[in-house]
Amino acid sequence: MIKLFKYLKNYKKEAVLGPLGKLFEAVLELIVPLVMAQIIETGIKNGDRPYIYKMGAVLVLLGVLGLASSLTAQYFAAKAAMGFGTELRRDLFRHINTFSHTDIDSFGSATLVTRMTADINTVQTGVNMLLRLFLRAPFIVVGALIMTLTISVKLTLIFLVFTPILWLVIDFVTRRTVPMYKTIQKKLDNTSMIVGENISGVRVIRAFSRQHDERERFRDSTNSLQNIQLSAGRVSAVMSPLTYVFVNIAIMLILWFGGKNVNTGSLTQGEVVALIDFMMQILLSLIRLAELMLSLTKAQASSARILDVFARQPSLTDSGNTDPAPVEGAPAVEFRNVSFSYHDSERPALEGISFTAMKGETVGIIGGTGCGKTTLVNLIPRFYEASCGEVLVNGSSVKDYTFEGLRGSIGIVPQKAVLFKGTIRENMQWRKRNASDDEIMKALTTAQAADFVKEKQGGLDYVTEQSGRNFSGGQRQRLTIARALVGSPDILILDDSASALDLATDAALRHAIASDTDRMTVFIVSQRVSSIRNADRIIVLDDGRVAGIGTHHELLENCAVYKEICSSQLTEEVQDNV
Amino acid sequence: MSDISKSTLKRLAAGFRPYLPGLAAALVLAAVNVAATLYAPIVTGRAIDLIIAEGKVDFAGLRPLLAQFAVTIVIVALSQYFMNLFLNKVTFAALKDLRDRAFDNLSRLPLKYIDSHPKGDIISRLITDVEQISDGLIAGFAQLFTGVVTILGTLVFMLSINVKTALIVVVLTPVSLFVARYISKNTFKFFKEQTSVRGDLTSFVEEMTGNQKTVKAFAHEDEAEEEFEKLNRSLQDVSVRAVFFSSLTNPCTRFVNGLVYAAVGIVGAFSVISGHFSVGQLNCFLTYAKQYTKPFNEISGVITELTGAVACAKRVFDLIDETPEPDESGKDRLDAADGTLSAENVFFSYDPKVPLIEDFSLDVKSGQRIAIVGPTGCGKTTFINLLMRFYEPDSGRIVISGTPAADFSRDSVRRNFGMVLQETWLKTGTVRDNISYGRPDADMSEIEAAAKAAHCDGFIRRLEKGYDTVISDESSTLSAGQKQLLCIARVMLSLPPMLILDEATSSIDTRTEILIQQAFGEMMKGRTSFIIAHRLSTVRNADCILVMDSGHIVEQGTHDELMAENGAYARLYNSQFDCG
Repeated sequence: MIKLFKYLKNYKKEAVLGPLGKLFEAVLELIVPLVMAQIIETGIKNGDRPYIYKMGAVLVLLGVLGLASSLTAQYFAAKAAMGFGTELRRDLFRHINTFSHTDIDSFGSATLVTRMTADINTVQTGVNMLLRLFLRAPFIVVGALIMTLTISVKLTLIFLVFTPILWLVIDFVTRRTVPMYKTIQKKLDNTSMIVGENISGVRVIRAFSRQHDERERFRDSTNSLQNIQLSAGRVSAVMSPLTYVFVNIAIMLILWFGGKNVNTGSLTQGEVVALIDFMMQILLSLIRLAELMLSLTKAQASSARILDVFARQPSLTDSGNTDPAPVEGAPAVEFRNVSFSYHDSERPALEGISFTAMKGETVGIIGGTGCGKTTLVNLIPRFYEASCGEVLVNGSSVKDYTFEGLRGSIGIVPQKAVLFKGTIRENMQWRKRNASDDEIMKALTTAQAADFVKEKQGGLDYVTEQSGRNFSGGQRQRLTIARALVGSPDILILDDSASALDLATDAALRHAIASDTDRMTVFIVSQRVSSIRNADRIIVLDDGRVAGIGTHHELLENCAVYKEICSSQLTEEVQDNV
Repeated sequence: MSDISKSTLKRLAAGFRPYLPGLAAALVLAAVNVAATLYAPIVTGRAIDLIIAEGKVDFAGLRPLLAQFAVTIVIVALSQYFMNLFLNKVTFAALKDLRDRAFDNLSRLPLKYIDSHPKGDIISRLITDVEQISDGLIAGFAQLFTGVVTILGTLVFMLSINVKTALIVVVLTPVSLFVARYISKNTFKFFKEQTSVRGDLTSFVEEMTGNQKTVKAFAHEDEAEEEFEKLNRSLQDVSVRAVFFSSLTNPCTRFVNGLVYAAVGIVGAFSVISGHFSVGQLNCFLTYAKQYTKPFNEISGVITELTGAVACAKRVFDLIDETPEPDESGKDRLDAADGTLSAENVFFSYDPKVPLIEDFSLDVKSGQRIAIVGPTGCGKTTFINLLMRFYEPDSGRIVISGTPAADFSRDSVRRNFGMVLQETWLKTGTVRDNISYGRPDADMSEIEAAAKAAHCDGFIRRLEKGYDTVISDESSTLSAGQKQLLCIARVMLSLPPMLILDEATSSIDTRTEILIQQAFGEMMKGRTSFIIAHRLSTVRNADCILVMDSGHIVEQGTHDELMAENGAYARLYNSQFDCG
C-alpha cells in the first residue's frame, strides 16, 4: 500500500495537516479529565466558585478548539484521500488503455473493472481512515499512559498490564471472526447461486419434477449458512462483555490502590476520577484502532491487486513508429507463414498460415469452433503479435504502423456485439469522429439497420443504453456492422457477426456489403457455408492449420474438411445447384 | 407509519412467534444488562466518596462496595453475552425460515411469475433483502430496545440522585440529536449525488475497460481517457463534500457532549459545595452524561435502517404471498403416455391485449414428428410452454393419451416429455449428478450407457475427474455443444414417450452438431417428437410442419403441401438458399 502513497504527492499539505489536526484534538481530549480533576480538587475542596466558572469556561474552550481542529482535519483528510483516489484511478485507467489483447486476456476484463472501481474505492477509504486515525488512536493510548504516569507512577502499572490485555482480546476476536465472515459470504453466494439456478433452470427442474429436491438443496444451504452465522455470532458476542470485564477490573484496582495512595497523601480524589476517565478513553481508542486495522487489511489486499495491474508492462507497443506509405501493387493483407500461440497454452492456435488478399477481394474464413478463425483476423489489426512469421498490410509489416494508423484503416465487427451508452449517432462515430448523418445513414443502409433506426424515436438521436441492451441481438449486430462501415475502411473484418440474424436478413446483408464496398477488402468469419460461399477466396481452417484455400467450387472438389462442413449444412440438391 | 408498513411489521412479528421465548429472554437480559450497566457508575461514585483525602479513606466501607462492583460487572458481562447469543439464535433462525419459505413458494410459482420478473430481482429478494431485514430490523430492534431502556433508566437514576443536574443532561443532550439529524439530512443529499456520479463512473469503466478490445479496435483510447477524466474530476469534487459532511457527525456530537460534560461539571461542582451532592455522584453523572448521547445517536440511525428494512421485508413477503400453481396432488397421474396428443381449439396469449395463439388445433399420432419453424423470436417457446403445462391455455385444451392434460397432475404430464432446449441448463454439481438429474436412482452403468448413447462418454472421460468433475452452467470447461450433449444424455437416461427437441444453430461446430443430430435421431425412434427445426432435412422428414410468425401459427402441413401453398413457409425455405 505504501507504494501507492506517491499518489498523495500533490496533496502533501493536506496529508500532513489532516493527521496533525486529529492529533491536536486528541491532546485536547486528554486535558479534559485533568481540568475536571482540578475542579474537584481546587474548586470543590476550597468552595471556590469563580475558579469553577473559570475551569468550566476552559472546558468549553477545549470543546470549541477540539471541534475546530477536528473539522479542519476531516476536511484535509477527505481532500487528500479523494485526490489520492482520483489520481490513482486516472493513472490506472491510462495504464489499462495501453494493454494489448494478451494483457487483457491474462487479467480478464471483469477483474480489471473491479480493480478500477471497488478496489480503488476500498484503498481510498483506507487512506481516509488512516489519515484520520493513524496518529489519533495510538496517541490517545500513549498520551493517556503518559498522563497517568504524571499522576501516579505506581498506578500506571495497572494501565501497563490492562492495555495489552484489552488489545489482545479485541485483536483475538477480530482475527477469529474475519475468516468466519468470509465463509458466511461464501455460503451466502452459494445460496444465491442456487436461487439463480432455480430461476434459469426452472423449465428443466419442473420437466423432471425435481422441485422437492431443489427445496432440500436450498434448505441444506441455508442450514449451513445459519450454522456458520451462529458460530461467528458466538465468537463476536464475547468481545464487548470481555472488554467490559477487563476495563472494570482495572477500575476496581484503581479504586483500591488509588484509595491506598489517597490515604497516604500521594494522590487526590480528583486524580482518581481522572484515572478512571483515562482508562475508558484507552478502551475506546483501542476499539477504533481495531477497526482501523481491519479496514487497512482490506485496503492492503486491494492495493496489492491494483499494484498487480501496474506491474504489468504492455506487451505490445507502437512507440517510435510512423505509418509507412502503401507499397504499390502489394496485397491489402498478406500472411507469411504465421504461427501464433496464446500465452497460457503450449499448443499453437495458428500454425504456418500463408495467404494473400488483394484490394477489393472478399475472403471467407470457415472451420469448427476453436479452430483459430477469430485468432487469425485478430492478427491483422495487431491485437496480438504473431509468434513467428509476418503479417503485412499494404506491403508493410503491421509492426511498423502506429496503432491508430493501422486500426484506423480497418473496420472491425467483433463477435460480441457491444454498443456503448450514448446515442446511435455517437456510437456510429466511433470509427470516424466527425462522420456526417449522411455517411452514417449510408452505413446503416448497407448494414440493413436503416429501417429500424428510422423507426426509433429521434432516429440517430435515439439513446442506446449500456452495452446496447435496449436493442435485440440482431439489431445490435447490424448496428455494430454499420459502426465499422462508417468512413469506409480499407479493410472490413466481420467476425461471425451475423449469427443472430435470420437467414433472410443475413442474405440481404451479404448482398449489400458485396455491392456497396467494392474497394474494401472484406474478411468474413463464419460457421455458415451460406455466408461465405460467394467469397473470392475461402480459407478453411482445421485445428489452427489451413486445410484448404480456394473458391467454393474448388474446395468442394479438393478439400475434405470443407466438404464435410457443407454436407452437414446444405442438402445435396443445394450443393449441386451452386 | 403507513398501513402497509404496519401490516408488514405485523407479518414479521408473526414470523418471530416460534422464537418468542428466545426473544423474550433476550429482552429480559437486555433490561438486566442496561440496569446493571447504569448501576455500575453509582457504585464507583460511592467508592470515590469513600476516598476523600489523606487519612480519610474508608477501607472498611470500600471492600463491600468493590465486591458489589465485581458482582455488577459479572452481571453486565453475562447478561450481555447471553443476550447476544439469544438474539443471534432468534435472528438467524427466523431469517432461515423466511428464506426457506420464500424459496418454497418460488419453487411452486407459475412460470409466468418467473418469466416476468428479472432474475436479479428475485435473487435479491431472497438474499440481500433478507440480509437487510437482519441488519435493519433485528439488530435495529435490539438497539432500539436497549436504547430506550438506557435513556429511561439513566433518567430515573439521575433524577433519583440529583434533580437539578439531571435536568441539565435532559435538556442539553437532545441538542446533539438535532445536530446529528441536521447533518445527516444534508449529508444525504451529497451522498445521493456521490452515488449517482460513482454509478456513472462505474458503468463507464464497465463499458470501456470491460470492452477494452472494442475500444482498441477503434483506437478510441484517447476519447475514453478524456471522458473518464471528466467523470473522475466530478466524482472527486462531490466525494470530498460527501465524505467531509458525513464525517461531521462525530466531532459535532462530541462537541455537544463536551458542553454537557462541562455544564454537569460546573453545576455539579456547585451542588457539591452546597452539600447536596458528592464528588462520587458527580463522577457518576459525568459517566452518565458521556453515555447518554449514545442511545440517542443510535436510535436516529436505527430509524432510517428500520424504514429501509420494512421496505425489504415487504418485498420478501410479496414473494411469499404470490399465488402458487394450484396443488394437483389429488389428480390422476399420467404414468405412460401412449404417444398421441391433440390440441383442440387452443387460444393463448401472455397479455390479454395481444392475442397470440388463436384457435389452434392439431392431431398427432403416436410416433409422429412435428417440426416447428419460423424466424428467431417467433414464439416457438410458447408452444413448448403449453405442451409442458408451464402455461395453461386460455381456452381449448390439450389432450394426451385421450385424456385432457389438465386432468392429470402437472408433474406427471411433464415426466412424459423429454426436453432438450437450445438454451442448455446444467446445475452446479458433478457430471454424474447432471446426467442422473431426471432419475436420481440410476446406477453408474445406466448413467454411462446414457452418456455413450448421447456421444458424451468420450469427452467426459477426458475431463479431469471424469464423471465426478464438478461443472456448472457458466463453467468454461465445456463447450456449448458438449453442454448440449450432456442435456441429451440427461433425457436419454429416462427417455419418456414424447420428446421436445430444439435444434442447434450457429454456436456449435459442425462435428459436434453431427453428433447431436445422431443422438436426436436415436432418441426419436418410435417416439412422438416436437422439434424446433433449423435444418432442412428435419423439416422435410417431418409428418407435420408448424410455421410460426410473431407468436402465431400461420401455416400447418407437410413440406410438399406447404411448398405448394407458396406462402410463409415457401418464402422461408427459399430465403435460406438464396444464393446472395
